[in-house]
Amino acid sequence: MNQKADSEVSRREIEDFLYTEAALLDEWRLQEWLELLTDDATYQVPPTDKPQGDPTNTLFIIADDAFRIRSRVKQLLGKSAWAENPPSRTRRLISNVRVLEDDGENIRVTANFAVYRMRHELVDTYVGRYEYRLARREKKLKIRERKAILDLEALRPHGKVSFIL
Amino acid sequence: MMNGASLDNLIIDDQAAGLFRVNRRVFTRPEYLELERARIFETCWIYAAHESEVPGTGDFRSRRVAGRPVILVRGDDGEVRVLLNTCAHRGALVCRQASGNARTFQCSYHAWTYNQRGELIGVPGEDAYSPAFRRDELGLARPPRVESYRGFIFINFNRSASGLSDYLAGAKEYLDLVCDQSEIGMKVADGLQAYSIRANWKLLVENSFDGYHGLPTHQRYMRFLEESGVDLRDSFNPHRQKTADLGNGHAVIEYDSPWGRPIARWVPPFGELAKARIEAARTRFEERCGPERAERICETSRNLVIFPNLVINDIMAITIRTFFPVSPDYMEVNAWSLAPADEDIEDSRLRLDNFLTFLGPGGYATPDDVEMLEACQRGFANREVAWSDISRGMKRDRPLITDELQIRAFWRRWNELITAPQARRARKAA
Repeated sequence: MNQKADSEVSRREIEDFLYTEAALLDEWRLQEWLELLTDDATYQVPPTDKPQGDPTNTLFIIADDAFRIRSRVKQLLGKSAWAENPPSRTRRLISNVRVLEDDGENIRVTANFAVYRMRHELVDTYVGRYEYRLARREKKLKIRERKAILDLEALRPHGKVSFIL
Repeated sequence: MMNGASLDNLIIDDQAAGLFRVNRRVFTRPEYLELERARIFETCWIYAAHESEVPGTGDFRSRRVAGRPVILVRGDDGEVRVLLNTCAHRGALVCRQASGNARTFQCSYHAWTYNQRGELIGVPGEDAYSPAFRRDELGLARPPRVESYRGFIFINFNRSASGLSDYLAGAKEYLDLVCDQSEIGMKVADGLQAYSIRANWKLLVENSFDGYHGLPTHQRYMRFLEESGVDLRDSFNPHRQKTADLGNGHAVIEYDSPWGRPIARWVPPFGELAKARIEAARTRFEERCGPERAERICETSRNLVIFPNLVINDIMAITIRTFFPVSPDYMEVNAWSLAPADEDIEDSRLRLDNFLTFLGPGGYATPDDVEMLEACQRGFANREVAWSDISRGMKRDRPLITDELQIRAFWRRWNELITAPQARRARKAA
């Protein structure tokens, strides 16, 4: 009984967390988004032809460690990331949120996404599934691992993943 | 003329004045794309795949090459064949999987079956056919020519084209500098970067070996390098740069580069553990091929274009990049990482990380190139501004990588092939 109640609260908490993250990213509040990450966070976008690949032996689209995530944010907030200057408008739709595992310390979560990118009056839709490993840090949730697994067979006509997917 | 396309004034190539201009209509008008299909993509050697993509008997890949669906399959005789993916019966794609392993290929439509050599080995209800129906005439068709050079497989739809080795001309030297990085051979890693650019394919040719845009377009990458501890002083030394027209439209830029190279140039962000490994690799090269060649392979970067649409950039990692025009303002791009087949997991991890800092649709550099090319294509709507300028370094004895000799090599060959029938007629008339 207690366990069920816990996971119900937990799921709402996680949905709120994901919706907050989505809002920060859509609003380009990237410094605040960084604060949602642990110090050792990773961010990955696997290749469209091998979504379950391993970045040590498979060429990904993005496989950032914590340093590179921070650098990416710095670049995007700077002036010379031409692919996002002027910045794309994005709107994320997050759904099908499921808690896969919760061992108290780490929470594995999956959710579906559709991220619309508006740029130069064209709209491209990035569709896929997120896999997160969240950690509880002082009663707050933080992102340890963030993977955006595209269902697209190719980045066509999207051409790039230059914003934080 | 093939389709009413004017072949006058496509290029201005004025060596005396030092001016080279390309008419922008070749980036926008569909009649030039049609000419390119006939006079370039059906006469030149077009890259299809790397042998390492089909390592074992029965391994296959199906993909589009030069706009055609093809199957690459390694047969039981060890040969890699390129088969045109269309059933001899009524045309359906026979292989509808992107990759796998198979002894036979069976068409889902009427169950005609082909073996790994493309021979037709099964026809349900064959008694319905007259003696004129012959299985041995109904195998999967092949491009008239298929050849490979050090693992790179090319096809040619012109039966009487000269051989691949002749075609590659001076580019072989640069392919060797890549392929010599392994004693046992190179391998394409898993993971295809399949993307697109809303721009004409020839803009990506230009961009792929354009040194001039390096600093302005890739500011954020350079800043990233600096912040990760790479020393940018003395980089891109103008005295250690080379640009070369390699013949047949191929060209290269070769230069001192500031970034780390998995083979074999250490930089601080690689970390101390990698330092020993990279120094050991460098020593092995010196023993294998002498200090000069070792230095060249390990310390310098190369951006190589093999006409018309194969880019092999040996920079902070090695990428194979091909692209094909779907329309004058849209191309599809495929990119892979190439590495020594015996690279260990730590080296592979380092290489792939390094690759992604710059290259690919999620890197810190390629997306900005994509943005620039798309910006050019949008700018072309101003048709009255008819010419692009590609004159840099025309009067220099030793052009730099920031000059445009390499880009002019591509355009001169492009112009030669596109205007070839007209040139022949002009000679006959004279």
